[in-house]
Parts: sequence; structure tokens; C-alpha cells
Amino acid sequence: MSGILVFVETADGSVDRLSAEALGFAAGLAKASAGALDAVVVAGGEEVASAESVAAGLGGYGVATAHLVTGDGLQAYAPAAWAAGVAAVVATGSYDAVVAPGSDRATEILAQVAARTGQPMAANVVSAEPGGQWRITRQRWAGSLLEDAVLDGAPRFMTVAPHAVAALEPVAGGQATVARVAAPVTDADLRARVVGRDVAAGAGVSLADAKVVVGGGRGMGSAEAFAMLDDLASVLGAAVGVSRVATSLGWRPHAQQIGQTGTRIAPDLYIACGISGAIQHIVGAKAAKRILVINTDPEAPIFRRASYAVIGDVHAVVPAITAEVRRVKGGG
Amino acid sequence: MRILALVKRVPATGGRIGLTDDGRAIDTRYLGFVVSPHEECAVEEAVRLIEANGGESAVMTLGPAEAADQLRDALAIGVDRAVLLETDGSDWDPMATSAALTEAIRRLEAADGPFDLILVGNESADSGGYQVGIRVAVALDRPVVTGIKALEIDGGTARARRQVSGGWDVFELPLPAVVGVREGINLPRYPSVPGRLRAKKKEIDTTSPEHASAGGPTLDRLKLPVEQEAQVEILGNGPEAAPRVVEVLREIGVV
Repeated sequence: MSGILVFVETADGSVDRLSAEALGFAAGLAKASAGALDAVVVAGGEEVASAESVAAGLGGYGVATAHLVTGDGLQAYAPAAWAAGVAAVVATGSYDAVVAPGSDRATEILAQVAARTGQPMAANVVSAEPGGQWRITRQRWAGSLLEDAVLDGAPRFMTVAPHAVAALEPVAGGQATVARVAAPVTDADLRARVVGRDVAAGAGVSLADAKVVVGGGRGMGSAEAFAMLDDLASVLGAAVGVSRVATSLGWRPHAQQIGQTGTRIAPDLYIACGISGAIQHIVGAKAAKRILVINTDPEAPIFRRASYAVIGDVHAVVPAITAEVRRVKGGG
Repeated sequence: MRILALVKRVPATGGRIGLTDDGRAIDTRYLGFVVSPHEECAVEEAVRLIEANGGESAVMTLGPAEAADQLRDALAIGVDRAVLLETDGSDWDPMATSAALTEAIRRLEAADGPFDLILVGNESADSGGYQVGIRVAVALDRPVVTGIKALEIDGGTARARRQVSGGWDVFELPLPAVVGVREGINLPRYPSVPGRLRAKKKEIDTTSPEHASAGGPTLDRLKLPVEQEAQVEILGNGPEAAPRVVEVLREIGVV
């Protein structure tokens, strides 16, 4: 049997966003190669029941068989245990390709499966053409550069670049056949494992999920100047983000960094203040629907990505906007 | 304890990436080179852990002869020894790279004993394969976790934290182990002048590994993504633009 196997992660009892994108990508490959689309879901402990219903519901995405991997050793997340489960499913079929979302967990799991089976893996793939030789296009430099490549392998392992392909919308009522698989987990697979979860202190709006992000860069000039961005963010219910230079100068913590080596944001509006727009920053804000740039230099590269712009000094413009928002809101 | 950091030399790109005429590489004629950012943090973390716990740190890279510059950067901030696996500068895929690194680690460990910890960057800035550290760990049969932004060593156990939505996953893994770190785990220090002078005098252990048959993905060509340049609407100049900005914020439903 040939076909495509897709690794699916769940969140709050349903398919998570990046997995819906991976399903869309994998469904396209299954169609192009005239093969079946199967899925693998790994779950342990109390999550098995909800994972079973998610697995069955994958029929709505066109999945024929959903392998549900369960068993001892899957109570807490352990990358190698999850990899052992996925590898067991990979070994049952002669899949042409195994696809996973480009999340932290799925990427490390797929890389472990590829390493265990001695096969190549391509990360952050944006398109693939099945054929005698599979031609793929994948992201380098976090997406500022693309690579056309040939991917061999039995099967071919690939992760899908986040937010680069459309998420698949499920058709209501579709049911996949759920096949239970016992995870062949060894003690060695449990050496690296999650022992606890810390909830982030000082919650606020999470940068990755924020609908509005206010960002500051070198043009802010000092750590103190960021207070005005905090003000604007608080009247807008926004998260604050920064460019790499603001963290390497020690102005702001790295947790707020947007870009290739920081957080990727996907807000409705990104307000970029005193940021010139190096590609490493831009790739982190690529998924923003609109960008409002506030900058003194109309030649700055970030203007090429902007929907709106104010030419001027952030130190004067930002407080004026904050005051105007307060006035408008106060006036009802 | 003994700690090894694996690093990669990458071009320092700025506002735009240019390609060579054959489209198979970045045009680096006018670019400097640096240690890939996550790996710069891996080196800093190695130095800090040795400062706190005592022992010896090492840094290793696979790359062209010029990658010795990046090894000297690591020596300059306090790494004890450096190992260069010298290539002709051609593109090595992740399987070939990890095979050569694994073989070199085995050679070093046979001579001087095992590394308690091997630190790698989560992914290289340039090719972004997300797998070399994991392949090395699997080949050496060591536990591995990636995406780490906080690390503590407590006796024979590493405690490592990875950012997840709304908080942190806390991992534990027994040493010897491999850990993939992300920028933000620390703020790398700048080398001192005496550090640089010391680094200049140190010998770099250099060998030329055989380029194993490629596993892939096999690079055909590079290309720049087609960017849709946004139509920018100028809302005004200076603070006087504020009312117009807020009008737009209301139109798009932000206020």
C-alpha cells in the first residue's frame, strides 16, 4: 500500500491549527500521487478518549485510517516515546511520504523518526511534487529564502512550514477508521520527558496570539522609551514586541523579540515603531494582516511591507496616538 | 563536567539577500560571517556552566577553513578548546553533517572521556534543517530535547524549559545528554581584548572528514520568495497624524 501519512497534534479536543495546515498539505500530496491519506495521533493518560474522537473526526479531512498510538509511557510528553509510536506506524505501511506540522514538538518527533530509520528529512516545506523524483520547495532563513531540492527517502519525511499553506476545513460527518496501535516505548525513550508545566507569570496578551502588536526597535533610543509603547499597547489591548537589537542592547527581554530567532506573530495589526525592517525581523511579522509603520526615514525597508505609515519621530507620534485613542474611547 | 558546543558559520545578512549567478548559494562577497545566533547562545551557555560547575568546554564546527574565525570567537569568550572539521565549503546535507560530527565526537570521547552535555543550536540560521543535534543524539544513543530557553544542571540531571503557549514545558533528562537551545537562553558576552589575544594563540584541532554520500534533501537552486509589496497609505507627518491614525484604527476594528 502506498499513500501519505500525516502526524496530527490536538489542542483542547480538536485538531490544532498547524496540523490543519499539515492535513491540507498532505491531502494535496495524496491526491497528486493517487494514494490514500492516513493519519497518526499519539495520546496518553487522560487524553486518550478525546484523542480517539479527534482521530475518528479526521475522516472529515479525507483521512481513511487514523492510527491512534496509546500505551504505558505516554502519560507525560517524551519526544523519543512519541517518536517510537510514530515509527511503529511508519513501519506498518509503505508510505510514500510522512508529513508533520512545523511545531516544536512535531519537528523534533519527526526528526527522531527520520534519524532512527536512517532517512532524510526536509523541514519547513512549502510545496512538493510527487513523481519519480520528488521535487520540493522549502524555506531557508526562516522563509526569506526558498530552496528547490530533490527529496528521496523511503518514506520521505517532511515538516510543513507554519502559516505557508492554507489550513484544511473539515467536512462535517466524515469518519475515519480508528486503528489502535500500542506504543513500543522503552525505558531509554523516557529519559528526556516533561516533568511539569509552568504557567507564564504576569500573563497579559501572548505575543504569538495577539490581535494587535505594538513593536519597537533601535529608533526607540533607550530602554525608558519603551514605556510609551507599553502605554499604547495597554489602551489598545495589544502585546508589546521588539526587534533583535532591542534585546541584544538589553532594553527588553528576549521573550518579546519578534523575528527569525524570536516569536512569529500573526496579528490583525502590527504597529512597528522605530524599526527599519531587517529581513530577520520581517519574517517574524510576515503573517500580520496589516502593518502601520511609524518612522522618521521613509526609505527604511519596512515601508515596503507597510499598509499605513506615519513619517515622524516615534517619541512624539506614539504619545499623540495614545492620547487620541484615550480621548476617543473616553468620549464613547 | 565536560561540555561541547556545536556551531555553524553563517553569513551575516542585512536588509536583502543576494544570490550567486548560478542560484546555488548566497552571494557573500560583501558579507561578514558570524556564528549562527542560537549556537552563539549554546557557546555562551557552555562557558557559563563551566564557570559555575568547573570542568572543560569545547567547540566544534564543520565548515571551510575560514570557520576557524568563528571557533576563535568562542575561544575568546572562554571556551577551552576548538575542533574544526574542514570542508571545501560545499553544501553538506544534515545526514552527512551529523555523521561527520558524530564520528569526531566519538574520537574526542575515546581520547578524553565522554561529554556530559552536548549543546547545539535549535536550527541553523541559514539552512534551517532542524535535525543535526537530534541525529547526533540518536547516533550516540543519548536523550535529547530541543527549543530550550532555560537550562539548569543538578548533579547528573539537566532541567530544561521550553516555551509553549501560555507557559513553559519543564523537561528533565539524565546526563550525558544533547540539548538544542534557542536565542534568549542567555545574552552572549562580547570577547575581551585579552580573550581575543589568548584565542589567537590557541591551536585548533583540524581534520578533514570524508564527505559521506548525500542523504538529502539535495539542493537544486535557491530563489527569493515573490513578495507582494504593500501599497502604503501615508497617514501624515508627526504627531498631527494622530487623529487620522485613530480613524483608521476604528475603520479596521482595532479601537
